[in-house]
Amino acid sequence: MRMSSKTPSANSIAHARRTVQQLRIEASIERIKVSKASADLMNYCGEHVKYDPLVMGIPASENPFKDKKPCTIL
Amino acid sequence: AAAQSRPSALQSGESLATLKNESDSLKKKLEEERAKLHDVELNQVAEKVELVSALSIRTRRVLKGHGNKVLCMDWCKDKRRLVSSSQDGKVIVWDGYTLNKEHAVTMPCTWVMACAYAPSGCAVACGGLDNKCSVYPLSLDKNENLAAKKKSVAMHTNYLSGCSFTNSDMQLLTSSGDGTCALWDVESGQLLQSFHGHTADVLSLNLAPSETGNTFVSGGCDKKANVWDMLPCASVSCRLYDLRADREVAVYQKDSIIFGASSVDFSLSGRLLFAGYNDYTINVWDVLKGNRISVLFGHENRVSCVKVSPDGTSFASASWDTSLRIWA
Repeated sequence: MRMSSKTPSANSIAHARRTVQQLRIEASIERIKVSKASADLMNYCGEHVKYDPLVMGIPASENPFKDKKPCTIL
Repeated sequence: AAAQSRPSALQSGESLATLKNESDSLKKKLEEERAKLHDVELNQVAEKVELVSALSIRTRRVLKGHGNKVLCMDWCKDKRRLVSSSQDGKVIVWDGYTLNKEHAVTMPCTWVMACAYAPSGCAVACGGLDNKCSVYPLSLDKNENLAAKKKSVAMHTNYLSGCSFTNSDMQLLTSSGDGTCALWDVESGQLLQSFHGHTADVLSLNLAPSETGNTFVSGGCDKKANVWDMLPCASVSCRLYDLRADREVAVYQKDSIIFGASSVDFSLSGRLLFAGYNDYTINVWDVLKGNRISVLFGHENRVSCVKVSPDGTSFASASWDTSLRIWA
């Protein structure tokens, strides 16, 4: 068997160590189920949707971007 | 086979192999953990949610003035002013109510791909092919040349693709075609933190809304979205990734959509997702149910940027057709 004559560079070891460190961090985070995450998303939307002008629509008189009655400049 | 005679080389060979083994087994473990949590789809959980009633959103303002494609825009916290930047090298500050152009700056480069309004409303940041992000204080004196007070803050080694102030006028977050994101001190121009992790151009970034404001996400040409803690290629689909479940929970796409989406933003409650596409349209998606509620027409070229106003009463879009539109 021929051994590779190329020794691993200090760079590739440092890179491999960083990769392992990052993966350890990711493996240790607490995760929740999609069903729970979804329920939370639904609740958040439900609680806030009545204050969402783009969903509820607000009267032209209250929305500065909606056209009001045309006015004449005297 | 003869072993390497140098002990340090053998050690290196050994630790590289064990490191690779550990990273392979960690990756496998992560895949398994994530799969276990995928017990249901978001749209299934949302089946009983009331449908969104018909939306009466249409163009309310058209902002004309740029000479070429509009690449980016941002709202001022006062909910009425906007800043936009264009391939024509100009950055314009508009009053969205009256359509007045309040300020205009000519940049030393074309393709100004990024612009942002400072939280105080007193300055704007912008950059592009100059590989920099500069801050321009906005003067109340219309005669004053804004370029005179320009401050170069960020320096990258490739184009600037995105910029955003953090919670104050003092710090600027940037993303670049050089594959990195960076956090800068505006006053001194000092690099505070550098974020390496993308393997290709970073195209966009967005800060998590929070008082402490220390998380942001970046998306890039490597098709990865990275979420960073501080101490962005158009895709045909839009995806919702839940950070606590650590996985994608919804995909917003249709077979009939064949052009990429360049920019997205949520409505105030998070129920609606506005996405601007390369086929000149803006699609409005029901975030919970996953279906498309409506398609908004009006722009005559690609939509490059979409942002909901700070109080949620409208959203603005920027386009390669040289205009911006405000929708409500």
